[in-house]
Amino acid sequence: MRSRWKRLGNEQTKTAFLALLPSFVLFSAFTVYPIFYSLYLSFFNASLLSPMRRFVGLDNYVNLLQNPTFQKAVKNTILYTTGVVPVGIALSLIVAVLLNKKLRFRGFFRAAFFAPVITSMVAVSIVWTWMLEPNYGLINGLLAKIGIAGPGWLTDPSWALTSVILLSIWKNLGFNMVIFLAGLQNISPEINESADMDGVSAWQRLRYITIPMMRGPIGFAAIVSMIKSMQVFGQVYVMTGGGPANSTMVIVYYLYQQAFEFYRSGYASAIAWVLFIGILVLTLIQNRMLTSQS
Amino acid sequence: MPAKRLITYIVLFILALFMLMPFAWMVLSSLKEVDEVFTYDMTWLPSRISFSGYYRALTEQPFLRYGLNSVLVSVIITMAQLITSVLAGYAFARLAFPGRNLIFFLYLSAMMIPSQATIIPSYILIRKLDLIDSYAGLTLPFLAGPFGAFMMRQFFLSMPESLEEAAIIDGCTRFQVLRKIVLPLSKPALASLGLFTFMGAWNDFMWPLIIINRDTMRTLQVGLSLLRADLYPDWPMMMAASVMATLPIMIAFLSAQKQFIESLTFTGVKY
Repeated sequence: MRSRWKRLGNEQTKTAFLALLPSFVLFSAFTVYPIFYSLYLSFFNASLLSPMRRFVGLDNYVNLLQNPTFQKAVKNTILYTTGVVPVGIALSLIVAVLLNKKLRFRGFFRAAFFAPVITSMVAVSIVWTWMLEPNYGLINGLLAKIGIAGPGWLTDPSWALTSVILLSIWKNLGFNMVIFLAGLQNISPEINESADMDGVSAWQRLRYITIPMMRGPIGFAAIVSMIKSMQVFGQVYVMTGGGPANSTMVIVYYLYQQAFEFYRSGYASAIAWVLFIGILVLTLIQNRMLTSQS
Repeated sequence: MPAKRLITYIVLFILALFMLMPFAWMVLSSLKEVDEVFTYDMTWLPSRISFSGYYRALTEQPFLRYGLNSVLVSVIITMAQLITSVLAGYAFARLAFPGRNLIFFLYLSAMMIPSQATIIPSYILIRKLDLIDSYAGLTLPFLAGPFGAFMMRQFFLSMPESLEEAAIIDGCTRFQVLRKIVLPLSKPALASLGLFTFMGAWNDFMWPLIIINRDTMRTLQVGLSLLRADLYPDWPMMMAASVMATLPIMIAFLSAQKQFIESLTFTGVKY
């Protein structure tokens, strides 16, 4: 009996080994190995163009933190995040509250708000570049009709980052909305009914009932949005290329330039690790929130 | 009360209009002639519908080839990701083997790693394997992932085990059980993971951007991004190309809206 169980156990190990093998090999090669190798590379003066490399200790990190372009990229990424996250969350919460009723065309509205989420960042960035085109574009055309001369949205350093922020808010609104719609389902209808009977205004209800009860989903959406914001790349690559005058230079675009335009693989790996640590901290906060909720 | 409802409708309608405005602008511009685009008096509607933008995108620009590349790459990644995730997820959920908890913990932790943190070594590895400018290079890093394995494991754990046990007592092997009993019951999870993976692969930009130098190997997203504006950029052609890069996902979304939204919120942790 015992040996039979043992045999079955061995068979299971063999089956498990076979089943896990393809996933594990790829996972090791393209996740585990790269994350450690990039840490290793970040201590070297290394180039993608040459096999030679020289150990430099923490030099890459020191140079990075002192580099004015990187400082600008960090500042812009933070500005971008503080622009995208609060406004994006407030707007999507309002939309979710409005949609959380028995409405006609509910499906249509939900699809309209969600459509940008599923479209490619590159395609919508091209479309927005054309919309924001200063002379013939849609936005300045509409502004001209009411007598306003619109700015060069993507060519004026004081407007470029704002333009990228607007695009991102538009693109992600539907994602947060869906999280909030799911959260609103958990607020019992009786609470709203009794609020109705007590003559509570819509604003009071939002302020004293909805927002406090939605603390979990709001926090979750905020962290996910922050993590996504730190990784912003596609819209910057397509719309501005980091310019004008580095006014839209962000961390991942700087990483991309250093690694794949200037081939500085050691220095760029240090950027990658600084980014990783930042995102790790946010993710750990997120995980703590998720476990405290469930 | 009806007044309040009316306000809700009006506010939602105006907001929805703003959300859809870029799509409308994209489609309407794609149907204009080039000279009509460059008029100072902006108009919404084309004076007459012209498909010349689409014609130029498909003939003067290699968007047909880009599109085929995107389809191929996304299909390969989705199929492989489903297979590797089902196998790994099943092993984690149902099979006892030494080191299971440790390996699973490794997978879980790896989900926190952003793709930008691994992109340089991945690039170096693909170059060492001589796979720059190849479909293998475009797809290899995405054929398996910790997230898919995790998602399938969670799904298998939520299924009752009794059917599988009965089949094993009847003499089925684990792989037969997986194919004949587990998979038919897993369609919703497979659909979610498949949609999510396909969309990610179709819209992925940074990896194909760095791994491809040859024009014929570019994906739609990279091809689109390279339409850098000249002095008089061909906006109708660029909008036509954007429509083509958007359409497949949009059609899939409109025909399976519910699954799409569920899959994205379930997988929200990752995206």
